[in-house]
Amino acid sequence: MYKILEKEVFSPIIKLMVVEAPKVAKSCQAGQFVILRIHEEGERIPLTIADFDRKKGTITIVFQEVGKTTEQLGAMEAGDYIKDFVGPLGLPSHIENFGTVLVVGGGVGIAPVHPIARELKNAGNHVIGVIGSRTKDLMFWEDKMREACSELHVTTDDGSYVRKGFVTDVMKEIIEDTGKDNINLVLAIGPQPMMRACCNLTKEYGLKTIVSLNALMVDGTGMCGCCRVSVGGVTKFVCVDGPEFDGHEVDWLELARRGAYFREEEQRARERAKEEHSCQCECGGGK
Amino acid sequence: MNDGPKPRPDNAPKTQPQSKIVPQKNPMPAQDPVVRSKNFNEVALGYSPETAIAEAKRCLQCKKEPCRQGCPVEVDIPAFLKLASQGDFAGAIAKIKEKNALPAVCGRVCPQETQCEKYCTLGKKHEPVGIGRVERFCADWELATGVKIPEVAPPTGFKVAVVGSGPAGLTCAADLAKLGHKVTVFEALHVPGGVLMYGIPEFRLPKAVVQAEVENLKKLGVDIEVNSVVGKFTTVDQLMEEEGYDAVFIGTGAGLPYFMNIPGENLCGVYSANEFLTRTNLMKAYQFPDWDTPIKIGRKVAVLGGGNVAMDAARTALRLGAEESWIVYRRSEKELPARHEEVEHAHEEGVKFAFLTSPTKIFGDDNGVVTAMECLKYELGDPDASGRRSPVPIPGSEYVMEVDTVVVAIGQGPNPLVPRTTKGLEVSKKGNIVANLETGATSKTGVYAGGDVVTGAATVILAMGAGKVGARSIHDYLSKK
Repeated sequence: MYKILEKEVFSPIIKLMVVEAPKVAKSCQAGQFVILRIHEEGERIPLTIADFDRKKGTITIVFQEVGKTTEQLGAMEAGDYIKDFVGPLGLPSHIENFGTVLVVGGGVGIAPVHPIARELKNAGNHVIGVIGSRTKDLMFWEDKMREACSELHVTTDDGSYVRKGFVTDVMKEIIEDTGKDNINLVLAIGPQPMMRACCNLTKEYGLKTIVSLNALMVDGTGMCGCCRVSVGGVTKFVCVDGPEFDGHEVDWLELARRGAYFREEEQRARERAKEEHSCQCECGGGK
Repeated sequence: MNDGPKPRPDNAPKTQPQSKIVPQKNPMPAQDPVVRSKNFNEVALGYSPETAIAEAKRCLQCKKEPCRQGCPVEVDIPAFLKLASQGDFAGAIAKIKEKNALPAVCGRVCPQETQCEKYCTLGKKHEPVGIGRVERFCADWELATGVKIPEVAPPTGFKVAVVGSGPAGLTCAADLAKLGHKVTVFEALHVPGGVLMYGIPEFRLPKAVVQAEVENLKKLGVDIEVNSVVGKFTTVDQLMEEEGYDAVFIGTGAGLPYFMNIPGENLCGVYSANEFLTRTNLMKAYQFPDWDTPIKIGRKVAVLGGGNVAMDAARTALRLGAEESWIVYRRSEKELPARHEEVEHAHEEGVKFAFLTSPTKIFGDDNGVVTAMECLKYELGDPDASGRRSPVPIPGSEYVMEVDTVVVAIGQGPNPLVPRTTKGLEVSKKGNIVANLETGATSKTGVYAGGDVVTGAATVILAMGAGKVGARSIHDYLSKK
């Protein structure tokens, strides 16, 4: 059992939790993920590590409520326990001094981008950060990102905060202003359509772009192959070969289709959980 | 509902005077095939005490004891059968557990027909003694009546890490614990048992039975740390250099699924057998939505491959509601690598077989979901390296088979996480850890390995045998330290 030490509510659907997991904290690195299961009947879901504290033995996760498990997790509070929490999984981000790196976080993807940006800056890179969200209420960690990056640009899709525009609009401006030859690497993490759009843009400029993929997983250790994705025409497992890949090589359509395969079941589970939640037992909705 | 299970034929066990040879095994009571193909309850129901005694009495107690050479974990078979034949089940199970830490598992999933029972003297002219069936009865009897914990030697002060809690790891852990060593087992998943939990279906090996055996191991003083992926949170080197482990046994199994490498294999509805079985067994997708993990099955399922895993997947597909479940295998029935009993059970339950057939392409719809496979017909040519006649494709024999789900069950390789992160550990081209089969010793001092990670995918009992060998060598190694 893994204790939730802190909970922070960024918005009604985006939440942060600091979880006591010393084994994971001891060895994890930026870019890796954990798999958690909140109760005995629960599913295993992957979440990228948003931060860690080796001394305190804690892992920070930030998640958006998109289904039954994340909704139930969101209903849990500090002091509650998560049944299973395993990691660090996947390969760490490749960190070296590339020169100038454009680091982009969209939506809840701001969280996993953060430790990578920090490491890149520590490695001597000039880190240009771009973070974007749909609307002001969904924005978070602007302060932490400002610290992790050399410079930070903020945008919202609807213009409710700082400026109006997608992250790709901001990226385009930065690439034009800085000059594509002065940017050595792009890193983009966020919802799949956003990462795909980023890759379409950077492809025009011939800028290598690393993305962190969120695929469906079961074990997360290379055993089941549920998370397989074609990268450059070769089948890769996101859990052990990734989660980071060259975004220009990823078969985005295949990834999106595989991710949607269980949508009906996910919807069914979610609705059922809501019906159960409407009971009068003051259970708080969590199991 | 159909008719209930057939009445157990236990009412009339074949008890004859001891001198008279009973030519046939007492039949194993089983769920009716029609009923069981729709549920996940155990197929084989187990002997009654009377039948177990009668079956044990069939043993001739011959001098040569040839059965013993067929047991990879060295159980004193004639001795336990003798005790069982006298109705001393406590004595019988104690005798088994001197050597075998997982008797309830072995009694169910060992291929006895190629091991102990293959050598049974009675089996030369008649059916061999149903050794596995009596073993299972004794183990279940003990689980039901209360488990006696075997004696444990005084603590030696040595610490041993076991990586992987499948049959090899659990056996190694049990033997080392009995010798007085402090054993910690590291398991990547959230429950111990490895393939016994994620791979072998509930209807062949109830998960409660596995967990009961694991609980018994814990009572020997074995610590089991789940959610612990060695090669990730720590390495074998760190365990030895920083965590103070005096020796390590690696039993990480064959957990890496092989695919066909044909077009369309990444379509939705194509599962590796590992994914298909893990969703169903470990994550209990057959109880969705009570359990959160879903599985989609469709109307017609094709399972590619002919081994035990393929049979498990095909039988599981029926239980998940498939109208048709097909084994698609590129050789003929004679070459099927699966146990005869599993093939028979699959036939009985209505699994269909497309022999001398292999897919070349998988087709999908606009959403990327499987709709059909293009298959090629084969004929048998000359024997290959494995001694089986090799399949030769018949040009122009392509045809289309409509399917909703494809399960790829063509084998598994070793998971590379531990080999890749352990300095100085020699691995083969295929990625298997190179270890001496007689000692389990690897190229790295103090590190031993056994089971599928060394041999490639094999059986539970061979992995247990390797765990036993590893434990003995580790004990020797520590004794000289």
